[in-house]
Amino acid sequence: MTLVQRGRWLTGIGLLLLGGVYLRALAFTPVELHQGPAQKIFYVHVPAAWSSMLAMGLVGLASILYLLVRDTRYDRFAAASAEVGTVFACVMLTTGPLWAKPIWGTWWTWDARLTLTLMLFFIFIGYQLLRGAVTDPAVRARSAAVVGICGLVLLPFIHLSVYLFRTLHPQPIVLKPSAPSAPPEMVTTLLLSVGVFSLLYLGFVIQRYALGGAARDD
Amino acid sequence: MLWARDLGHAFGAIPALDGITFSLERGQTLAIFGPNGAGKTTLLRVIAGLIRPLRGAAGVDGGRRAIGWIGHQTQLYNHLSVRENLRFWASLYDVPDRDVALREVDLLRRLGLARQADRQVRTLSRGQTQRAAIARALMHDPDVLLLDEPFTGLDRLAAEELRGLLGEQAAAGRATVIVTHNVEEGTELATDIAFMRDGRFVAYAPRAGRDAVELTAAYRTAVAGA
Amino acid sequence: MRDLLRHAWRVTRKDLRLEFRSRTALTSALVFTALVLVVFEHGRDPTAVPTLNLAPSILWVTFSFASMLALNRAFQAELENHALDGLLLAPISRTSLFWGKLGANLVFVALVQVTGMLLFMLFFNVPVWRVWAPLAAVTALATVGFIAVGTLFSAMVVRTRFAELMLPVLLLPFLLPPLIAAVQVTVQLFAGRPLSEVAGWLRLLAAYDICFVTLATLLFPFTVTE
Repeated sequence: MTLVQRGRWLTGIGLLLLGGVYLRALAFTPVELHQGPAQKIFYVHVPAAWSSMLAMGLVGLASILYLLVRDTRYDRFAAASAEVGTVFACVMLTTGPLWAKPIWGTWWTWDARLTLTLMLFFIFIGYQLLRGAVTDPAVRARSAAVVGICGLVLLPFIHLSVYLFRTLHPQPIVLKPSAPSAPPEMVTTLLLSVGVFSLLYLGFVIQRYALGGAARDD
Repeated sequence: MLWARDLGHAFGAIPALDGITFSLERGQTLAIFGPNGAGKTTLLRVIAGLIRPLRGAAGVDGGRRAIGWIGHQTQLYNHLSVRENLRFWASLYDVPDRDVALREVDLLRRLGLARQADRQVRTLSRGQTQRAAIARALMHDPDVLLLDEPFTGLDRLAAEELRGLLGEQAAAGRATVIVTHNVEEGTELATDIAFMRDGRFVAYAPRAGRDAVELTAAYRTAVAGA
Repeated sequence: MRDLLRHAWRVTRKDLRLEFRSRTALTSALVFTALVLVVFEHGRDPTAVPTLNLAPSILWVTFSFASMLALNRAFQAELENHALDGLLLAPISRTSLFWGKLGANLVFVALVQVTGMLLFMLFFNVPVWRVWAPLAAVTALATVGFIAVGTLFSAMVVRTRFAELMLPVLLLPFLLPPLIAAVQVTVQLFAGRPLSEVAGWLRLLAAYDICFVTLATLLFPFTVTE
């Protein structure tokens, strides 16, 4: 089985599981007390955010490896991960406002977390633009790697800012020092969704990586 | 003094160097002739350490401190005077102040730039800036000279001066590599000749007293036949 | 280490001399700063919004834009006559080169910021005098890390198409953490609160600076070697 086919299989399985997660989220998970049914977008929004962060993290990691070893496969992987990450970031940025409007009464606020995930989106865009603007493949790989690593290191500062800046955004309920403060079914559904999104990420990236390699060999 | 071993390099899919090996001792001058795109500039840049080759290695005894580079780009700052340029570049090579002062006077005089010393580079003619670039390259007394088409844009007088200067440098024991696509320019100075095409040396031999006419004929045959 | 700093200082000094010689970038940045302040003044309704509320934002937006414009000049000057090759050929470490450029950029940006601050006091009549020392400290803290990343990126984009546009696009995400922190601290300072209350933000700024100056120093060689 070629790499592209493997990627397609993974994506297919991921999409099926995604359907299963939605079913669970809509029918088998309790409705949140304050926010009502609209809260269920949470199960798409948070994993999309997670996947885009994962994508960024892997772009950074691949970039470091590329600069150390100069194996162009790492560069190709970083490019693939950045593209997929952009897609997930778009999902995150569209589901966010869809969730926000019924709950907060506004499509967007400029609180810290929203602003900074928007910045993650812009890092991806900047990365793609830079790749597009450089013609020499070796220079492109090096420059992209530099931006990728800097982008990755920027992320913790983004996360830190959430804690220092008082915000309208629901406080982190899962990723914080004490135990998660949501009912167990919600946490399970969320974790399942995160798992499925990660699978989808992997499927997409493998396909993109394989296609990137094929284009180069022509 | 300088050496290259099985150098191979490419820019993406475009090959540039394909198995270059040679070495030079003190006092030798190698003239490399080749058409555009042969890889001559790439070769010089690899030797100088500006490019890390994909395959093989090259080096200069004494490292970057021992290299003087003269190309058709002057590496001078237009808004600094000639003197300021010379002093700045010498400072990066940690040339002692006393030597800077002495060499500055000497080089400016011999290159006919004494009266232009405090004028900004952007006010000089092409020939004058090229001469200033030569002064810049020699300020730190390098053991090895790498010259990339140094006669480009020089008028006959300036070209004569450069030839004279290079002859002196060789006599003083410097190793020189001069790269050009013009056989007339490099011939008199060379102790060894190489013809380069498609990233490879298609010929490499001592000059053995041949003049420009003979070499041009040899060059045509070698480059056409390869 | 001493060599490192010495060479870096020589690069900084050369950059500053060049900049003061031609003065175009500095003048443009200062005029730009003044214009932005004027636009802000006329862009608000004076009866509705008291100056003090807007002041930190106006100040920091102006600083950010002016800084970004200043960054491209650093490596732009090295492109004419391929002076960058000369810098890479010289026996100085890439770190010296980077710190030299960074130093020149910081001096340049500091000049723009001081002028901007004075104009700001003039136009907006905000009592900045009382808190000038902590304000200066915060400004320095918020600027260093951002300019380090900016210097690194400017080296990278200077030879790409649309360099002037590419740099702000890449750099804006890196502006956010120091900008947010700086505005928060400035708000508190203008409100008369002591610096100790905003210690958390100051720590964030310091961490950001240490982190990105180090990272940029480590990554710089990759942007200039082939």
